Amino acid sequence: MPTRVLVPSGVLGLGFDRKALARGVAMRPDIICIDGGSTDSGPFSLGAGVSKYSRAATKSEWRTLMQARAQAGVPLVIGTAGTCGTDSTVDWMYEITVELARELGQSLKIARLYSSQPVARVADALADGRIDPLTPAPEIELDRLGNIVALAGAEHIQAALATGADIVIAGRTTDTATIAALPLSRGDAAGGAWHGAKIAECGALCSTNPTSGVIMVDFDQTGFTVEPMAETAACTPHSVSAHMLYENSDPFRLYEPGGYLDVTAARYSALDDRRVRVEGSSWVPGPYTVKLEGARIAGYQTTILAILRNQHYVANAQAWIDRLTAFLLAEIETRMGLTTADYQLEFRLIGASGALGSLENRTGDPVELGVLGIITARSQAEAGEIGKLINPFVLHYPLTDDEELPTFAFPYSPATTDRGALYEFALNHVMHLDDPMTAFRIELTEIGAEVPA
Amino acid sequence: MTQNRDQGTLGDLVLKVRSKNAGPFWVTIDIFCDRPEVFARVRNTLSSATVAQLYQVPEQLLKRFDIDDLRVIKFSLPRPVIQGSAADRDMHGAQYAALLEEYPLT
Repeated sequence: MPTRVLVPSGVLGLGFDRKALARGVAMRPDIICIDGGSTDSGPFSLGAGVSKYSRAATKSEWRTLMQARAQAGVPLVIGTAGTCGTDSTVDWMYEITVELARELGQSLKIARLYSSQPVARVADALADGRIDPLTPAPEIELDRLGNIVALAGAEHIQAALATGADIVIAGRTTDTATIAALPLSRGDAAGGAWHGAKIAECGALCSTNPTSGVIMVDFDQTGFTVEPMAETAACTPHSVSAHMLYENSDPFRLYEPGGYLDVTAARYSALDDRRVRVEGSSWVPGPYTVKLEGARIAGYQTTILAILRNQHYVANAQAWIDRLTAFLLAEIETRMGLTTADYQLEFRLIGASGALGSLENRTGDPVELGVLGIITARSQAEAGEIGKLINPFVLHYPLTDDEELPTFAFPYSPATTDRGALYEFALNHVMHLDDPMTAFRIELTEIGAEVPA
Repeated sequence: MTQNRDQGTLGDLVLKVRSKNAGPFWVTIDIFCDRPEVFARVRNTLSSATVAQLYQVPEQLLKRFDIDDLRVIKFSLPRPVIQGSAADRDMHGAQYAALLEEYPLT
């Protein structure tokens, strides 16, 4: 059965064109799907179990989507709620939804799909040989693992939709699962369902006007058709096929729970000047595995920033850093009894190699240089203490013994900033499941004036 | 276009070079060549060994896709440092492109 999926934007919190959304709603979609996150901003969100987007931005956009859902009378699904899709961010999104339902006077059935994984489940799977590493995979250190999520697939979204929910708030899912779920369950072509979902998962990024956000995909038995909802946007065979390159290490193959999408034989053709038809992509079934993401604490950080404007120091910045570092390591050992086995101290030269580090192959003649000192220690107290210890030297240390003490520019008081925990990604693995639902759970809640809480 | 431009960098020659994370452990670099003759030239002159050397990764870990239909050459490589680790300097991996963009293509 043909299935029409409306995708308001690539992620909740980034904004979308409201007129384009209204146009999409008027075209009577069967479902509205939006993504709520990714790992792209780094490990902090997963490590801390919090959203990277502001509550205010999330709530204002979600309000518009909840109104669109009520108008369309179809389910609204968010995947990877709250950036990382831990149970805590699913509940955060649920609270926002309940608040909005009250404000909007909506009665709703809400399904929450939870993707967080207890360490014990991963430990059991590891012991049973049901965990495979991807390349490159960090060593699994069970006792250091913090938050872990498994990426849900289409089966989990289908199970949540089967409850009759008006709104599905899903924890970590693959980018494509929310969009592919309904077309797959209605018997549309599997290759087309996954491929169309991949094309639409970043919203209008597959069109000529990426910031307009809203995209419609029509799925059927032979493929899919994609159309941007903003009148200023167009999809072309090039804009659509080029989207397979985006944030994808392999532009022809996309692994999902239970198989992979192969687009090698896909054909992209223009139906008119704004719609593109895609056929020929295939779905290759395989073992049922879910990808795992995990974070762990790698220390606690304090930073310090100084700016060198004096040309003598700008010209000799690396030599100054080398001399300063050697001096500080000795001072820290003498005064605190710590060696570099206990902490790390790194200075980065912003304006010389700040972004690329040792890969940088250009030199220039900068007006000034930022010196970013980063301390990573075993506790915040220790990192902060090292920061205070080095602070006067970062301010005044001379390049040679026989010159006057310099004083550099500090933009802040205090000069040091405690950054809290440093999280790092700790898993790049898949877990085999006999039954897709074993590692996930769904909770259904009905809210509304006539239904007691 | 002019002789001078043709002797310049890869970035001068092509439409766009972009890089981005492909998950926390990989970075992917897309070279949009736009014109077929530019695509052919880049494909024939830019070696995988050069790219591996620029990003200091073993060449056998580099994935290369020469995509004729799109006139795109794509490289994917394990990130030189894992995204967000203490040594990472570029959370989104989008500045890695500069190294290829500035590569002198002779």
